[in-house]
Amino acid sequence: MTEQRRPHILITGAAGALARQVIKQLRDTCDLVAVDFREQVYLGDDIPSYCIDFTKRVFEDLFRRYEFDGVIHLGRIQSSQLTRMRRYNANVLGTQKLLDLSHKYGIKRVVVLSTYHVYGAVAYNPALIDESAPLKAAGLSADLVDSVELENLANIYLWRYPELNITILRPCNIVGPGVRNTISTLLASERAPVLAGFSPMMQFIHINDMADAIVRAYKKPVRGVFNVAPEDWVAYQHALKLCGCKRIPIPSIPPMVPNLILKTLKLKSFPSYLTAFFKYPVVIDGRAFAREFDFKPKRPLKEIFRFYRENKRPV
Amino acid sequence: MSLASYLKSKLIPADVDEHINRIRKPIGSLGYDPWGYNNEAMKYGFSLTRLIYEKYFRVEAHGVDNVPAEGPVLIIANHSGQVPLDGLLIGFALASREQQPRIPRAMIERFFPTVPWLGNLLNEMGAVLGDPVNCAKMLANNEAVIVFPEGIRGSGKLYRDRYQLKRFGNGFMHLAMKYKAAIVPVGVVGCEETIPAIANIKPLAKALGIPYAPVAMPVVLPAKVHLNFGAPMYFDDLEIPEEQVTERVDKVKAEISRLIDKGLTERKRLF
Repeated sequence: MTEQRRPHILITGAAGALARQVIKQLRDTCDLVAVDFREQVYLGDDIPSYCIDFTKRVFEDLFRRYEFDGVIHLGRIQSSQLTRMRRYNANVLGTQKLLDLSHKYGIKRVVVLSTYHVYGAVAYNPALIDESAPLKAAGLSADLVDSVELENLANIYLWRYPELNITILRPCNIVGPGVRNTISTLLASERAPVLAGFSPMMQFIHINDMADAIVRAYKKPVRGVFNVAPEDWVAYQHALKLCGCKRIPIPSIPPMVPNLILKTLKLKSFPSYLTAFFKYPVVIDGRAFAREFDFKPKRPLKEIFRFYRENKRPV
Repeated sequence: MSLASYLKSKLIPADVDEHINRIRKPIGSLGYDPWGYNNEAMKYGFSLTRLIYEKYFRVEAHGVDNVPAEGPVLIIANHSGQVPLDGLLIGFALASREQQPRIPRAMIERFFPTVPWLGNLLNEMGAVLGDPVNCAKMLANNEAVIVFPEGIRGSGKLYRDRYQLKRFGNGFMHLAMKYKAAIVPVGVVGCEETIPAIANIKPLAKALGIPYAPVAMPVVLPAKVHLNFGAPMYFDDLEIPEEQVTERVDKVKAEISRLIDKGLTERKRLF
């Protein structure tokens, strides 16, 4: 009797905390290969790990050698990292290369991590935005263009090559131990800037819940675009209060003033192109994903905020 | 006792606290809903509005029990008085009724979310950006929603045009039909006299990015307000041409007009 072949999965963005959680959940049942273009990380002897630029030719060798069945693409460079040009190359051209190779080597399942930032923060946003809403982010800031382009690209491949079974996930703010994105850094700090008089509604998902969502999505080959967010909401300034952050108000009107101040200060934790997200709400509707993949986040907001309150500067 | 809890005990009487808690809203673990409604903030708002409602405008509300106790409802009223006091008073009338109170949601101008403090404050009290998607999602959530189909055409009108209904948009009727929501017409009398405006400085409004810039006294006059709630109206969800939708809207408009006339007849004096 031949032993059934374990699924071979390529996971990108291996240096990130989210990828590590996904790897932790899958390593017992799947043969994983981890790549990251920023750094090589050690993930144990059973998981080969590479530091590779997706646009380089050697990347294809991995597909030849490991005969992947699926790809989990978490290697998205966040808007706060690198220059606009390098980020565009990595996120858009890198993803295109990845999807081309996936098609060439007969991959049967692709999960792509996007972000709720693609919807853009505008004053006229309705709440509970669903997946068919227009992506306004590109029109608001050139720094978010690559996020929207990555989505467009994945969408084109989703329809052109249905056999790839592409699922695009648009999560709300991912937070929790080890997360290094803008919002997590803010919640973890002693003092956090706020725009005076604005406290938009926000949604937060714990990193372990998000990893669970990705694994569930990978295991059920349903194509499409899905928001991922718990059915719980909190105002930004209230969240900071619960995390024990002192709030530093920045003058908010006229709109030029906060942009000018933030551009001058060049705060990494409060970049000027994300200003709108601290002013206007982008509340997404995650019910379609929850229904389709039988997903229910396990960690409540209070637990998430307690972690930040008790662990100032956890990373 | 901390300052916050001391203030709360002074500002929010126990009966208000209990009353708001009794009205179960679909909120998350921290007391918020997706549109920013907050139960705790609502209690302050309720206590303050009670003073304005009972002492300042001495509101007389008739037929508030016409609003169904549950299910999606659109409360449709005439808009007047430069600032959305009419929405606040209708909301309070329904939230404070003895039998099966409801906290309705008011659809507000697109300009409010851009105003610091005020935008968030209105959201916490249940007001929501006037977007058809918001209204649809709330009706799907079985909320009662206050809509002024005249929009700024109504609230920005001048004193000489008082109690003349402006054009009604058809959007509310489409939503009512789609979500099988009851329509409760309301005639508001008295708000026209709260901030009587004699002119609108359009260039100034444009420069400030606000809907209108009225020439009026910088005070809100204590006019006595009469609210008349009509019987709920139901419309089927058949696919019909826009012309017939407009006819249905006109029916609601005629009913509101009748309720306004009723209020005007009931009114003994302006203040």
